[in-house]
Amino acid sequence: MKHFFTILSHEVRMLLVNPATYVAAVIFLSLMGFVFTDILETFSRAAQDTSPADVFFKQFYLPVLFIVPLLTMKCLAEERRLGTMETLLTTPVTTTEVVVGKYGAAYVLYMGLWVATGGFFWILKAFAGDSRLLDPGPMIGGYLFIAVSGLLFVAIGVLASAVCRTQAVAGILCFAMLFALIFGGSYLGAATWLRGDIMHPVKSAVDYAQVLQHYEDFTRGVVDFRQLLFYFSSTVLALLFSILAVEAKLLHN
Amino acid sequence: MTLLEQNKPAIEVSHLVKTFSGVTAVNDVSFTVEKGEIIGFLGPNGAGKSTTMRMLTGYMPATSGSISICGFPVATQSEEIKRRVGYMPENNPLPEDMRISEYLYYRGRLKEVPRSKLGSRIDEVLEVCDLKRVRHRIIGQLSKGFRQRVGIAEAILAEPPVIIMDEPTIGLDPHQIIIVRDLIASLRGRMTVIISSHILPEIEMTCDRVLIINQGRVVAQGTPAALRREILGHVRYEIIISGDFSSLNRVVSLVDPNITVALQDETDAEGFKTVVLTTDKDEELGEVLLKKLIEAHFRVRSLNRQRPTLEDVFLAATRRSWDVIDKK
Repeated sequence: MKHFFTILSHEVRMLLVNPATYVAAVIFLSLMGFVFTDILETFSRAAQDTSPADVFFKQFYLPVLFIVPLLTMKCLAEERRLGTMETLLTTPVTTTEVVVGKYGAAYVLYMGLWVATGGFFWILKAFAGDSRLLDPGPMIGGYLFIAVSGLLFVAIGVLASAVCRTQAVAGILCFAMLFALIFGGSYLGAATWLRGDIMHPVKSAVDYAQVLQHYEDFTRGVVDFRQLLFYFSSTVLALLFSILAVEAKLLHN
Repeated sequence: MTLLEQNKPAIEVSHLVKTFSGVTAVNDVSFTVEKGEIIGFLGPNGAGKSTTMRMLTGYMPATSGSISICGFPVATQSEEIKRRVGYMPENNPLPEDMRISEYLYYRGRLKEVPRSKLGSRIDEVLEVCDLKRVRHRIIGQLSKGFRQRVGIAEAILAEPPVIIMDEPTIGLDPHQIIIVRDLIASLRGRMTVIISSHILPEIEMTCDRVLIINQGRVVAQGTPAALRREILGHVRYEIIISGDFSSLNRVVSLVDPNITVALQDETDAEGFKTVVLTTDKDEELGEVLLKKLIEAHFRVRSLNRQRPTLEDVFLAATRRSWDVIDKK
């Protein structure tokens, strides 16, 4: 891992000088800003059971589905298309360092964007001054969920980029995989054909992978070790497959 | 540098084979390159030059056979190899959105050049490659010649003992070709260099030894002069004379009995004809030939020993290998 920080800092720098990053950031922040104002309007009309933070973080899938593919689709597919993968891998760096370095940079940026949404809460605190609107519990839970689930979402983006030659295909593949992960769980959880005894192991596996359910637990303050393990282990798995995909493409190109 | 490295040749390749889903790109290639030697890879398109170079860098694994660089086997110690090889791939891929100095800094860090030495080393390679004026320009906006020199600067940046460059002079203008040629020549003795090229005079001028590859096989190797003798095996003289052409055969056979004479049909206004003489003898026959022709009352306007170019050697060698392949 000697070259991990060299690659990480280089990738972060390249993301920061790339106009596409700022386009993504503007889209992300304006989308989340609209969501936030909409929530506040609802709250100002009538008292609600939940806090604004709870409702706000519930919309996490909206930016995830668009921003994660935008941030990650380029990372490995573009290197391969330009041929710079060849110059990169003929230096004393390993494929693992390359993949993990690029993953790290995308994750740092993804988290940076989410941290920027903290400004919304700060504005709310500064101008509304209503402590009832700012419940720290769901806020901390929400950010924690974003940080933990982001590990897996970004890793899926990197995997999509590792298996595709063009970034457009990588982006679409990433979108499809994230969609399946986030909504597929609740769809399968509700499916009647999984209810039978014989399907019990599948059903219990599906119940573990309920991303939307995980979100609910985090904001209620329940941080289940099994859920953390689900995200960490799936992240490692996705990155391992990414490394294997990059190496397999070297053997068969 | 360990003792192991000092006594071994820079590159040793034996019985190297690479197949891509049934197609054999490199077929039983063996060669050795000594330290400090500059060697040229020649071959038609698809001959297996780039594939061989990629295998030398450890980027692509070989199907069978073995490569060792500075005594380290590529298959098992690719980390050591990557520290010892500077590689510039075909078409010289570069990131579009970086400045030259930034790119070289990043590459220097990846190649484990110590941070304290990196700054002065970058200045040095920028100077050597004549890139100082453009060091802050963005690579994507550079012309082909500059990009090519950035690739060369990057390859020599970490001062590796072995440098592999795939077509370093492609797309350059004659002035830049001279710069690159001098640059490669300046590495002679210090670094082992392998270059592939289609520009044959280029190879002839810079390389100590030439390796001609066709259909994944080495069809000829040696110094350009040795290859000329081996592949072509004959010397041609072109003379322009006038006189009694019926006695010409007799006169030249006094010089060398095995000489063949090819007379051109057309005679110019003053009765001069161009005659091509071909002989197997390597030594200089010009003087004797001139003397005998004048003794036989020929009027001689010019006599010229033709030097076969590397191009002739290359064409003959690849043609010969095609014949061998066709016969099989």
